[in-house]
Amino acid sequence: MIEERFDAIVIGAGMAGNAAAYTMASRGLKVLQLERGEYPGSKNVQGAIMYASMLEKIIPDFREDAPLERHLVEQRFWVMDDRSHTGMHYRSDDFNEDKPNRYTIVRAQFDKWFSRKCREVGVTLLCETTVTELIRNDAGKVLGVKTDRRGGAVFADVVVLAEGVNGLLGPRAGLRASPKPETVALAVKEMHFLPAETIESRFAIKGDEGVVIEMVGTFSKGMTGLGFLYTNKESISVGLGCLVSDFAETRESPYAMLEAFKAHPSIAPLLAGSECKEYAAHLIPEGGFKEIPQLYGDGWVVVGDAAHFNNAVHREGSNLAMTSGRLAGEAIHRIKAARDPLTKDTLKLYKQLLDESFLMKDLKKYKDLPGLLHTNSKNFFLSYPQLMSQAAQSYLRVDGTPKIDKEKKTLRSFIDKRSRLGLISDAVKLAMAWR
Amino acid sequence: MHIVVCIKQVPDSAQIRVHPVTNTIMRQGVPTIINPYDLFALEAALRLRDEHGGTVTVLTMGPPMAEDSLRKALTFGADRAVLLTDRFFAGSDTLATSFALAQAIAKIGETFGTPDIVFTGKQTIDGDTAQVGPGIAKRQKLLQLTYVSKIAELDLAARRIKVERRAEGGVQVLETRLPVLITMLEGTNEMRRGTMVDALRAARAEIVTWSAKDAGIEDVLKCGLRGSPTVVKRVFAPAARSDKAQMIEIQPATRDTADALVAAIFGGIAGIEGDLVELHQTL
Amino acid sequence: MTDKPVTPAAPAAGGSRAGMKKELPEHFKAYKGVWVFVEVERGVVHPVSFELLGEGRKLADQLGVDLAGVVLGPPGEGTKHAVAESFAYGADLVYLMEDALLTDYRNEPFSKGLTDLVNTYKPEILLLGATTLGRDLAGSVATTLLTGLTADCTELAVDADKSLAATRPTFGGSLLCTIYTLNFRPQMATIRPRVMKMPARVEKPVGRVVSHPLAMVEDDIVTKILAFVADRETNKVNLAYADIVVAGGLGLGAVENMQLVKNLAKALGAEYGCSRPIVQKGWMPAERQIGQTGKTIRPRLYIAAGISGAIQHRVGVEGADLIVAINTDKNAPIFDFAHVGLVTDAVRFLPALTEAFSRRLSPHNRDKLAG
Ligand SMILES: Cc1cc2nc3c(=O)[nH]c(=O)nc-3n(C[C@H](O)[C@H](O)[C@H](O)COP(=O)(O)OP(=O)(O)OC[C@H]3O[C@@H](n4cnc5c(N)ncnc54)[C@H](O)[C@@H]3O)c2cc1C
Ligand SMILES: Cc1cc2nc3c(=O)[nH]c(=O)nc-3n(C[C@H](O)[C@H](O)[C@H](O)COP(=O)(O)OP(=O)(O)OC[C@H]3O[C@@H](n4cnc5c(N)ncnc54)[C@H](O)[C@@H]3O)c2cc1C
Ligand SMILES: Nc1ncnc2c1ncn2[C@@H]1O[C@H](COP(=O)(O)O)[C@@H](O)[C@H]1O
Repeated sequence: MIEERFDAIVIGAGMAGNAAAYTMASRGLKVLQLERGEYPGSKNVQGAIMYASMLEKIIPDFREDAPLERHLVEQRFWVMDDRSHTGMHYRSDDFNEDKPNRYTIVRAQFDKWFSRKCREVGVTLLCETTVTELIRNDAGKVLGVKTDRRGGAVFADVVVLAEGVNGLLGPRAGLRASPKPETVALAVKEMHFLPAETIESRFAIKGDEGVVIEMVGTFSKGMTGLGFLYTNKESISVGLGCLVSDFAETRESPYAMLEAFKAHPSIAPLLAGSECKEYAAHLIPEGGFKEIPQLYGDGWVVVGDAAHFNNAVHREGSNLAMTSGRLAGEAIHRIKAARDPLTKDTLKLYKQLLDESFLMKDLKKYKDLPGLLHTNSKNFFLSYPQLMSQAAQSYLRVDGTPKIDKEKKTLRSFIDKRSRLGLISDAVKLAMAWR
Repeated sequence: MHIVVCIKQVPDSAQIRVHPVTNTIMRQGVPTIINPYDLFALEAALRLRDEHGGTVTVLTMGPPMAEDSLRKALTFGADRAVLLTDRFFAGSDTLATSFALAQAIAKIGETFGTPDIVFTGKQTIDGDTAQVGPGIAKRQKLLQLTYVSKIAELDLAARRIKVERRAEGGVQVLETRLPVLITMLEGTNEMRRGTMVDALRAARAEIVTWSAKDAGIEDVLKCGLRGSPTVVKRVFAPAARSDKAQMIEIQPATRDTADALVAAIFGGIAGIEGDLVELHQTL
Repeated sequence: MTDKPVTPAAPAAGGSRAGMKKELPEHFKAYKGVWVFVEVERGVVHPVSFELLGEGRKLADQLGVDLAGVVLGPPGEGTKHAVAESFAYGADLVYLMEDALLTDYRNEPFSKGLTDLVNTYKPEILLLGATTLGRDLAGSVATTLLTGLTADCTELAVDADKSLAATRPTFGGSLLCTIYTLNFRPQMATIRPRVMKMPARVEKPVGRVVSHPLAMVEDDIVTKILAFVADRETNKVNLAYADIVVAGGLGLGAVENMQLVKNLAKALGAEYGCSRPIVQKGWMPAERQIGQTGKTIRPRLYIAAGISGAIQHRVGVEGADLIVAINTDKNAPIFDFAHVGLVTDAVRFLPALTEAFSRRLSPHNRDKLAG
């Protein structure tokens, strides 16, 4: 047992854990952070896009030394069938601003940097140290943690669970349920290395500019899923994710799907000649608002993916993780500053701060979307992409058919696949969920 | 007893990529690790300390980020860490590296007590030369025991040490006097896992950081690129062989294909069949 | 430093110091001739020394200088034999240091002896085998002489201005680099056993021998040898010098299948080995590993089963006369350098191959074939 007491113990050195640890330590609290990976970020998989404004609230001048890959100047959204894609494409020089809003990052490097910042403000970080158990008293109050190192029990006033989506501690201690297969996506991702010049010419970008492509379509075989491709400095992250329950039902292999995805005629040329160095699989919580568990209790709070904070529609996870970590840190600091104990009663401040923030508001807004996309997945992810592609092709092919006939035929094909009523109801539902 | 262990932070070469066009190293995302061979040296040092008392100082020369490796060594249980870092060291070859490390070891001796044993790994996975250890020994006038597989006996009072050393064709049992430099063979022990107390201490430890000047190096011309007699003139990728293999595809393998292959092999190497037949008669 | 991970110093792209060649300092101009350190262990010359004499001969001829063998050993038959063998493998002369203190290898007398010889007779190039002995000695000597030493070279050449261009793998074998010791002498290099071809032995009358004293007494030497346990007594494998090697890789899938490799090796009277992951999994001991961080082999026949042919493996086997690869993946990189490629499941094929060899080699069948 370690004699020394801490104000707070943070479990995990991901985005959420680092945000919480930094916030508390920079306000003078004595923080111990425990990470099971070899170094922060060693086990974290992310595509990844990082949103500047949430990080600015924690480390305002992060741009000075954070390992940022490229700032995004262009977003593409593709609807794909097996041989084509129909796309939306937005690019603006306005994104080449002084303080760009979105960056691609490589989590392994970024987390290391973030963690260094934490240590600079006084966080004590132990890596290769897995928390095995929460220590609780008879009344259920969390007093500290046990780890897998010899002499490994440590005590603190509060424990911040930032253990990510598949963290075992919360469920094991009965603080929250394990995520359900229908509310988590399994994402597989590869890093493909290419020289920076090749990436820049392939995507028509220069300097630190970057491009994101997000895709839906037949590659997910009718499952609720999304594909993505991000440009980093000298690599391209490419991957896709589908709900775990869909994988279970369809028995598709994520790896085989990714192989097919990469071989798609719209994607293969972007990756040509690259060397794949990293294959990783990770879960993403996608249940949205309705899946958020109890967020605090006597001597504990939960933040980030572990709290199911993820906006599946906008592919935002790390910013919610950072925001929830920061707010938990702020709440704990305020309670400590008032010399109050860290109990269920006082820690509800964390929930209040969350409710006031964009985080809860966004999640509430989209609360019905995950369910809708899931129940109608065959339409959104299989039929519509096929139809859109047929429509586009028929429209573009100049073959002497009158344009009016082409339009009629297109509409016909949509209706054949899905009744007129069905189409309208999908559209309405989608619009409602989005609003 | 005071033991110094030299460790080096190296890129995990399993993950290094080469730029297909320019043949330069693409470092992005390549993690760094403690040179795996050095862990055997560190563990050997920790065991001696645990048995005989004293302290273990880990030393590295490298860029500021090499601090991570030192901190990790502290987590395993080393007592003190020294980082030798200065732009003058950039581009050192083995001669310049061993010069700088030897100077730092002398300074460590003045500051924290003269070392009785200096350990290095057998070799690094990036340089792969196995020269830095002998280089340090020569400069520090330490007796040198390379490729040590076992430390059989240490008698501090008599200042003698007995080791087993891998030599060509066998194992030498050697006895010599302290102070000594040992390069430790791989596979000779297994690195321990530090306790929670070690981990906490490591996380907060002050890493002693020295510039060339701090380490008492007056002549920086002996360091880095300028202090290195060797010059790398060209870096290139190995050439591909032009003639492709003669390919045989068989699914599934049959007795006939095996016979055919044997025939092909015997046809391909003059005289081998006769030699084998002869061999078989003696088997 | 870590940002220049090649040791000796490698500017990432190479070439940036190419212009640094200065005039060789005056006192180094007297350094002439190519030397090969002839490694004698318990009366037996290590074959790497002959390989280096063969290579040294080429360099000496190109430079128009003498090739010398350097023999350090106790007075007696073994040392005499080493001198004679040096001539047989191409040396023009031999520098000989005979002293009982040089009976078994120890760093102190050998490094003093070799350093003295260099300082007295001034060679321009000094080559040693990258054995445990050669590396132990080379590091000490180079540091004492303050000259450059290039380790583990795979290729040596003399370039237009007569300097030694030593090429060696770097970054785990993914690249090669060529290293020079421009302004210092001698230019030292170590070369791994089996990397260079064994030259033909020529019966040749004994040449010139230059003797030089060690000038040391036992009391000057601190390190004492208490015992020597020869590998012979512990069944040591001799992969590097085997005529035929059969090796297995991760493609064999399971530890039990290592037996298939051993069976084939046994049928052929061959040595068996493996790729690195097999050692890491504990399926075979480390001394069986073939490749950059294992043994370099130069057999007449190399059979690789379930090995992908990563560059680190490739550099260890490229010297084989005939490489036969068995792999299920017809795009496996091993087929880039194998001579015969079999696309099939090795687990099934190895027993068939073992049988085929046995059939062909059994005396009974031989007679039939002959008849
Ligand atoms: C393929 C993919 C792409 C994504 N793309 C984006 C994107 O582009 N933009 C975006 O904003 N979000 C994205 N996300 C989501 C984002 O990665 C997560 O929301 C974010 O990482 C959550 O942070 P966290 O700190 O809660 O959890 P994590 O980052 O998972 O961190 C949890 C940490 O806790 C440690 N840990 C767990 N258990 C223990 C224990 N018992 N003891 C000690 N340590 C423990 C883990 O090792 C880990 O380091 C993506 C996710 C995936 C999978
Ligand atoms: C610094 C460094 C040093 C290294 N040194 C060495 C070294 O000295 N030696 C060494 O070998 N490696 C070394 N490596 C490792 C090297 O990079 C490769 O990882 C290793 O050689 C791969 O071993 P493998 O071919 O057995 O396994 P894999 O690469 O996994 O290949 C297995 C192969 O078996 C095939 N296969 C699968 N099933 C079957 C079947 N049923 N029948 C036939 N074929 C099948 C597969 O198609 C595949 O090609 C080193 C790496 C580094 C970074
Ligand atoms: N920069 C360095 N800092 C500390 N130790 C080093 C450094 N370079 C080499 N060494 C030590 O010297 C040994 C041999 O290295 P090398 O000669 O590069 O193969 C290594 O195993 C280390 O113990």
